[in-house]
Amino acid sequence: MPGKSLFDKVWDMHIVAPETEDTPAILYIDLHLVHEVTSPQAFNSLRTGGLTIRRPDLTLATMDHSTPTVPISSLQELKVISEPEAFEQIIQMEKNCEDFGLELRGLNSDERGIVHVIGPELGATQPGKTIVCGDSHTSTHGALGALAFGIGTTEVCHVLATQCLLQRKPKTFAINLIGQLQPGVTAKDIILAIIGEIGVDGGTGHAIEYRGEAASRLSIEERMTICNMAIEGGARTGMFAPDDTTFEYIAGRPLAPSDTAWDTALDNWRLLPSCDDAQFDKEATLNVSELKPMITFGTNPGMVIPVDGAIPTPSATDTGFAKALDYMQLEAGKPLAGTPVDIVFIGSCTNSRLSDLRAAASLLKGRKVADGVRALVVPGSAQVKRDAEAENLPAVFQAAGAEWREPGCSMCLAMNGDFVPAGKLAVSTSNRNFEGRQGKGARTVLASPLTAAASAINGVVSDPRPFI
Amino acid sequence: MDPVNKITSRTVILPLEDVDTDQIIPARFLRTTVREGIGENLFADWRYEKDGSQREDFFLNQPSAQGAEILVAGRNFGCGSSREHAPWALLDQGFRAVISTEIADIFSNNSLKNGLLPVIVDSQTHKWLLNNPNVELTLDVKNKQLTLPDGKIVSFPIENFSRYCLLTGVDQLGFLMEHAEVISEFEAQSR
Repeated sequence: MPGKSLFDKVWDMHIVAPETEDTPAILYIDLHLVHEVTSPQAFNSLRTGGLTIRRPDLTLATMDHSTPTVPISSLQELKVISEPEAFEQIIQMEKNCEDFGLELRGLNSDERGIVHVIGPELGATQPGKTIVCGDSHTSTHGALGALAFGIGTTEVCHVLATQCLLQRKPKTFAINLIGQLQPGVTAKDIILAIIGEIGVDGGTGHAIEYRGEAASRLSIEERMTICNMAIEGGARTGMFAPDDTTFEYIAGRPLAPSDTAWDTALDNWRLLPSCDDAQFDKEATLNVSELKPMITFGTNPGMVIPVDGAIPTPSATDTGFAKALDYMQLEAGKPLAGTPVDIVFIGSCTNSRLSDLRAAASLLKGRKVADGVRALVVPGSAQVKRDAEAENLPAVFQAAGAEWREPGCSMCLAMNGDFVPAGKLAVSTSNRNFEGRQGKGARTVLASPLTAAASAINGVVSDPRPFI
Repeated sequence: MDPVNKITSRTVILPLEDVDTDQIIPARFLRTTVREGIGENLFADWRYEKDGSQREDFFLNQPSAQGAEILVAGRNFGCGSSREHAPWALLDQGFRAVISTEIADIFSNNSLKNGLLPVIVDSQTHKWLLNNPNVELTLDVKNKQLTLPDGKIVSFPIENFSRYCLLTGVDQLGFLMEHAEVISEFEAQSR
């Protein structure tokens, strides 16, 4: 019998009742992340059923999606700034947490931020944990060797009430990363290239493990960027084996184990990586040495080209491709680099951490955002904001002519006041270039923070490598 | 959830591939705190003109779509965001089933929990359905079968427990709650 994979080990450790032909496994959840958009109906179901939250201590609540990213000093100010539905949702979240005894990292908390930024940052995300959230980008937490995946609102209610989920075991998918990244090429380019290769449904029904020499050289924040977009390849989750880089990242964080508990945790975490003879249902390999900065040209993250490449020509029968190019107002066969840019967004759960902001600042330092381009830099959390301030990054952004905002999901999904106006082209470090994702009629080019910064400076979609 | 067994209805066709949940319901409509009444926002950005009037060329606005309960969609329907608002909006609009060759994982899960039936068919059947809109089909959950207008039967997969819940209208939370004791034992052991 082959050895177990990282995924198998974490899965097996959380089986409350095993899977049978007639029933899914009951899987125990170690950490439930809750935000204001996908939870209100779940809290309502608890109320209707007269239920309580089984483990408030394993539930971490914050607000990120519909919160504004301009400074707010009072409820009255929030009411003036927010659209009524967003304001209502924020107020409802506060009430839900109060009614059900949940601590809320709310608008006044210095620990608030995008849910997938604060989990790891607080040390709540740990190797071997099962982590869920009503948000498809929950896969981000797999960067630390957790089994983390997005769920719907009905399942949010299941976890609140029972701390468990009914789940069929997905298949496993090993993606081997070999070689050495070239200067100017980043983790974002790796994941965009992977999605381009496997397609937006290439991972459907699978849990991905990113492995290999190039994987182990990546920092935790780089791994988070890569795990974050596992769902954009259709996968349930993405994971990296925990290693010394992981342990160094976690040590000393507020919710991390300490003293003897740390030693015990470390002993357990070291047992998690896949066995040498572990088998996967599917495998793929990417040589990152050959990789160039990647940009999307269409309306899903799989429609991606190298920054110096040309937009491919679709087959005559591919109506989806033609529709995408029509929406993007782009032409097959032509390069995308050089296309005028209206907005540059640096932020989101994919690329809003300190290393992302440092990368963007390294290009923007001493330079200017091109005339007519609006550039927005949105830190992923209050902590990232403080850390960036300690390094004077906001001054760099502001001197370049970019806006420096309060933490939140911001322009990734156009439901908090930040959006891309119809017809405008945005180079964005977020995760989805779907039609209308950043605003009705918005045209999105997904890219790394370096490519976004280079595009802001030149005012056109640009290769960052000449700046490096 | 009301039990779901046989669904007999006409089909409507959305042949595009990779239709993501941001298209099914754009994020700005997720600022609701209830499940009800979101059907009017289904496919909002494709369905309405700027002035809010209906776009005549969109499938939902055509007379043949009225009353149709089965949506035949292109491959990889429901990809992207985990928003359960997507199946809620489809159900609120009157849909009871989605047929494709592939349906995204989270969307499929969410659909089953709300009584919207995700049906995976082979590519030949799918092609026929896409080329023949507005046909009457019967979907039989109990026997996991789809009956085409000529009487031909095509079987489709459906996970056993979800099938049981659809047929009986059983709430999956109830099933989990019955395991409270086992969950407590698990918690005690892993402490």
